[in-house]
Amino acid sequence: MTTAQSDLMANARKYSDTLDIRVTDSSLRDGSHHKRHQFTEDEVRSIVGALDDAGVPVIEVTHGDGLGGSSFNYGFSKTPEQLLIKAAAETAKRAKIAFLMLPGLGTKDDIRAAQDNGGQICRIATHCTEADVSIQHFGLARDLGLETVGFLMMSHSQPPEKLAGQARIMADAGCQCVYVVDSAGALVLEDVSDRVAAVRAELGDDAQVGFHGHENLDIAIANSIHAVRAGAQQVDGSIRRFGAGAGNTPTEAFVGVCDKLGITTGIDFMKIADAAQDVVRPAMPSECLVDRSAMMMGYAGCYSSFLKHAEGHAERYNVSAAEILIEAGNRKLVGGQEDQLIDIALELKKKQDAGIVPPVSRVL
Amino acid sequence: MAAKLTAAIIGSGNIGTDLMYKLERSEVIEPRWMVGIDADSEGMKRAADHGLITMSGGADELLGSSEKPDFIFEATSAYVHREYAPRYQEAGITAVDLTPAAVGPAVVPPANLREHLDAPNTNMITCGGQATIPMVHAVSSVVPVPYAEIVASVASVSAGPGTRANIDEFTRTTSRGVETIGGAQRGKAIIILNPAEPPMIMRDTIFCAIPEDADTDAIAASIHKREKEIQQYVPGYRLLQDPQFDPPSVLNGGHARVSIFVEVEGAGDFLPPYAGNLDIMTAAATKVGEEIAKQKLGASV
Repeated sequence: MTTAQSDLMANARKYSDTLDIRVTDSSLRDGSHHKRHQFTEDEVRSIVGALDDAGVPVIEVTHGDGLGGSSFNYGFSKTPEQLLIKAAAETAKRAKIAFLMLPGLGTKDDIRAAQDNGGQICRIATHCTEADVSIQHFGLARDLGLETVGFLMMSHSQPPEKLAGQARIMADAGCQCVYVVDSAGALVLEDVSDRVAAVRAELGDDAQVGFHGHENLDIAIANSIHAVRAGAQQVDGSIRRFGAGAGNTPTEAFVGVCDKLGITTGIDFMKIADAAQDVVRPAMPSECLVDRSAMMMGYAGCYSSFLKHAEGHAERYNVSAAEILIEAGNRKLVGGQEDQLIDIALELKKKQDAGIVPPVSRVL
Repeated sequence: MAAKLTAAIIGSGNIGTDLMYKLERSEVIEPRWMVGIDADSEGMKRAADHGLITMSGGADELLGSSEKPDFIFEATSAYVHREYAPRYQEAGITAVDLTPAAVGPAVVPPANLREHLDAPNTNMITCGGQATIPMVHAVSSVVPVPYAEIVASVASVSAGPGTRANIDEFTRTTSRGVETIGGAQRGKAIIILNPAEPPMIMRDTIFCAIPEDADTDAIAASIHKREKEIQQYVPGYRLLQDPQFDPPSVLNGGHARVSIFVEVEGAGDFLPPYAGNLDIMTAAATKVGEEIAKQKLGASV
């Protein structure tokens, strides 16, 4: 590490004696959105096997919207998520299997089932102003002996000091690492480090800090490095960007960047690069791209997993997906309100039919 | 002037106060007592200003006094209601329960109120349940509904500490109501808290799986009719869109589907209009109380 680099790392905190940061790969959870929740057990086994062999320490497996997400509102799973968690746990030799749950959708019973199927890390997500709905779930997870992570979603929507206050609620409830989650891919560089630093200052040694990025504005790796330099000890990636919106921080490229910066992840770059190309890409319906709709989400501050829904409604009602996403941002929709995208599409259609806005020339 | 039955409101918080305004307009129920635990609270003072008899000794004071109400409306907590429910029944007082205590049968006015007019204790389920179960019922009264799912979005500021601490209870209780009262074979409930400013008006989406060859015109007609029935006691309840019908697809789990989009704007009696989730509870409780009162008054004539 050069002197300049070590100065930049002055505020960083090591995850453990052997790792500077701990990486969680989220492709089998956030990638579920891109896959429209159609993962098979075979795909989960092959991806977990490759990630585990490359040394990825934590692999998250759940419906994209967390436990209980299989639904009309979010899309039904092809394979019940508990079977996928079980398959992942059976496959992993070293990696821990994590699962996500959102209070208001998943329940305590779902957490118990995920643990029975081999899940070891319970990640609980709330909108970043509503942390208090997670208190009962953190309590249960800790009672069950699960490791806990808290997700403050849509972190761009609140200033650093507000996030810090919400992080405190989660930590006091039993959360061991609070993530600044850039669900909309809307945070830019110092937006990330300011938030991570504020949460870190609030939590001190009570809990760790993490960062979860999206590629909607094409800077998820840079954002993640900013997070590490501000003290984040856990970072999420999704191999091959296999995630929501334009995808997540690509795990393999992030590992390469960390190697060059002297940040130890414990992940073998060559192996993870092979896994991305040879194992993960074939399971993806298409690459995750920074296209117009995905970029609009980062720009408008819109929840990344709205993308596929907006595209579907745009096609069904012949309106613009980008317009749907921009309006979702205007309405300040939060994660979980996928149903409202249909209402937005119908309102756009009414305006189009009334000649108030021109019809779309193509499906965006 | 026709005789009215009397009521005591237990709990002088926001819900109890809003309920007072609604009951004051009733032609069959007279809110006569406001029962709380703090004589100096805002709600107790307001009730006194409205001419109600205020009791700060809690339900014990009410039950110990010589004159007893025909009804109590419980706007405290599930814990308190479970403790006092047997004593109300012993005293012959009909209880309308707005807490999650679920001592008595769950009632949704347009769906199953007629079956429970003689019940000594009725429960209002949850706000999301009151807003959505009538629509599930409207669909299931036309076609079999193997699965129904509701999504309730409410303004963060309208979700109190009780809801927040017990969010699992909301999903469990509401999904059970979707099944037992709504008529779906399997139910699911989702609640979202949205912190947008100004606060969003409560919105609910109801998805029902329906047979592929269902008579969509008949389903749509039943939904529109139900909207009008609900508007009789919740004027701000409205369909945002015509019901949407979709054929089976992979994403829809192979189900044909009807989607219903509603907004619930409160009457603004005491609670702000965006808090339609709270208004529909006090409005439903008032409606339940009134229908029971009408039956009692009718029977005594």
